[in-house]
Amino acid sequence: MNGMTTFLAAAIVAGTPLLFATLGEILIERVGNLNLGVEGMMLMGAVIGFLVGLNTGNVFAALIGAMAAGAFGGLIFAFLTISLRANQVVTGLALATFGSGFSTLVGKQLIGQTAPAAVKSFFKPYSIPLISDIPVIGPIFFKQDAFVYLGYILAVVIGLYLYNTSKGLNLRSIGENPGCADAASINITLYKYIHILMGGALCGLGGAYLSLVYIPNWQENVVAGRGWIAIALVIFSAWNPYKAILGAFLFGGLDIIGFRLQGAGIHISQYLVDMLPYLVTIAILVIVSMKKSKRNAPPKNLGTPYFREDR
Amino acid sequence: MMIRFIKRDEISKKKDITIKITSVILALFTFSIVFMLMDKNPLDIYASMLKGAFGSAYSIRETIKLAIPLCIAALGVAVAFKMHFWNIGAEGQILMGAFAASIFALKFGTMSRPVLLLIMMVAGIIGGSLWALIPAVFKAKWGTNETIVTLMMNYIAIKWIIFLQHGPLKDPNAKGFAKIANFTNNAILPEIFKVHIGWIIAIVLVIFIFIFMNYTKRGYEISVLGESEKTALYSGVNIKKTIIISILLSGGLCGLVGMIQASGISNTLVEGVSGGVGYTAIIVAWLGYLSAPVIFIVSILFAALQQGGSFIQTSYGIPAATALILQAMILFFVLGSEFFIKFKIVKKVGDAK
Repeated sequence: MNGMTTFLAAAIVAGTPLLFATLGEILIERVGNLNLGVEGMMLMGAVIGFLVGLNTGNVFAALIGAMAAGAFGGLIFAFLTISLRANQVVTGLALATFGSGFSTLVGKQLIGQTAPAAVKSFFKPYSIPLISDIPVIGPIFFKQDAFVYLGYILAVVIGLYLYNTSKGLNLRSIGENPGCADAASINITLYKYIHILMGGALCGLGGAYLSLVYIPNWQENVVAGRGWIAIALVIFSAWNPYKAILGAFLFGGLDIIGFRLQGAGIHISQYLVDMLPYLVTIAILVIVSMKKSKRNAPPKNLGTPYFREDR
Repeated sequence: MMIRFIKRDEISKKKDITIKITSVILALFTFSIVFMLMDKNPLDIYASMLKGAFGSAYSIRETIKLAIPLCIAALGVAVAFKMHFWNIGAEGQILMGAFAASIFALKFGTMSRPVLLLIMMVAGIIGGSLWALIPAVFKAKWGTNETIVTLMMNYIAIKWIIFLQHGPLKDPNAKGFAKIANFTNNAILPEIFKVHIGWIIAIVLVIFIFIFMNYTKRGYEISVLGESEKTALYSGVNIKKTIIISILLSGGLCGLVGMIQASGISNTLVEGVSGGVGYTAIIVAWLGYLSAPVIFIVSILFAALQQGGSFIQTSYGIPAATALILQAMILFFVLGSEFFIKFKIVKKVGDAK
């Protein structure tokens, strides 16, 4: 493997937590709710996943714990914004604060602990027979850990769900025009709750990848702003799960490029290179908003609560 | 029988406040469970939080020092929020204001104190407002989502300060430690009643913003624009200009906070000069109805919450993060309570719908 292939393979690893969170937020925004609390849900998933993994040594228990924690964050958001019609922006920000405090508090006793051996060995890179032998593509995409493969599968499954099933159509119609969806007797509240909870669970998984596999020991604020990048990635990928794969891996690359440049003997301050993901996010947002094409537009009803009697 | 929700037309201010205070009490009550899980008596803890925040002249001064940046930054956030410009970039604007002010503090440390401090204030205001102007221009020109842009710019600002700390502005006398040199005495805010004069600035600004938002044409235009862009357009408000001016004001206030914190608290430029004030200010602004006098009160309460939070950390060994969760909890409850302000519940007997 030459330097470029190792870099790209590492970019995919760094992009995987972003992919999970982005897919989660896509589901949430597709039903018309803007949840800015991704960072919080990821942190909750990261700490609970790590805690359960450490105490049980069981991978699946850890992942379920992480999903439950993320979904719990989603539930708080869903209850406030759907049932009580609270302001989504402020609720999301409160959730981010809550998750950050929650993970610091719960993680107090975990600082310095390492992920258990069972979890580590489960998530060892695994070469998929045959396709991993394809030159270039094989070593980049198919010599990865199980979590990364799960990310590929989830992106495709969510893509198929959104665009090729009637449930997916219903869900998209809620984000676009809830009045219409209601008239077609779609249970809006139920759809919103389910997808916000699922989205939260995915964010939780993304957080758990960071604490259990990527780092893999507990440190405060392991998510380090990735939740906010995921929100921008949703816009970058135009609410499309397939494009989210590309976006997440691109940002994974930006995340690790500073370190690699140092290794390659290019001397530019690490701290300036660290700005790259954020600068690129802004550039992308500006370009997307300049083009304003219909295809890339957000769900029309994003951010506004639905109240039947307002129709 | 069936329960329905109906939109209220108008609610009396008194009832509105009662609902909000009730929700804060409910949040404290619910949070007691966390303390009980820790095997502590919640009443004792709330009492000692109060004592930690207001129990002595010293603790009152510490609380005020925390309230100053919260109050001014929340005023800044409120001006933008009033226009429905979701500026969550206060943190970055504070950092850049601190950066701009610090440049003068470091370069002209021997200048006479009042002149230097004045220059630093102006520099801070300009630094913060220019940083806020970038997302505002994108928003005014192409409608770019300001929430994410302002947020990304927070991260850029903090990386910038860390870069300065390790590179161009690193103090050669700090024995290899990556820090920026301390300000000279001329660049440090004087104290009145043993608290730096930021508290006077905060009070003046509360009055200024109150008058600006309620009794000037420009302030009124900001509110109209926030309520409805169409109404603003029909009534001849220059939308782009209003966005730009109010964002300059919003960022300028945050930039001034940066100057005050660098000069009055840390006495130099450090990455932690803001320390999350920019985010807490958003909560304060929201809980304060985006109204200057209420923000003033809420900022003192939140400062007390933080000061009390660090007090119980030392006296009970309860992690400081607990105060963070308590903040979020209060916000959740208040957000939820708005439902009962906007809607009323009616029981309807007979057929549904």
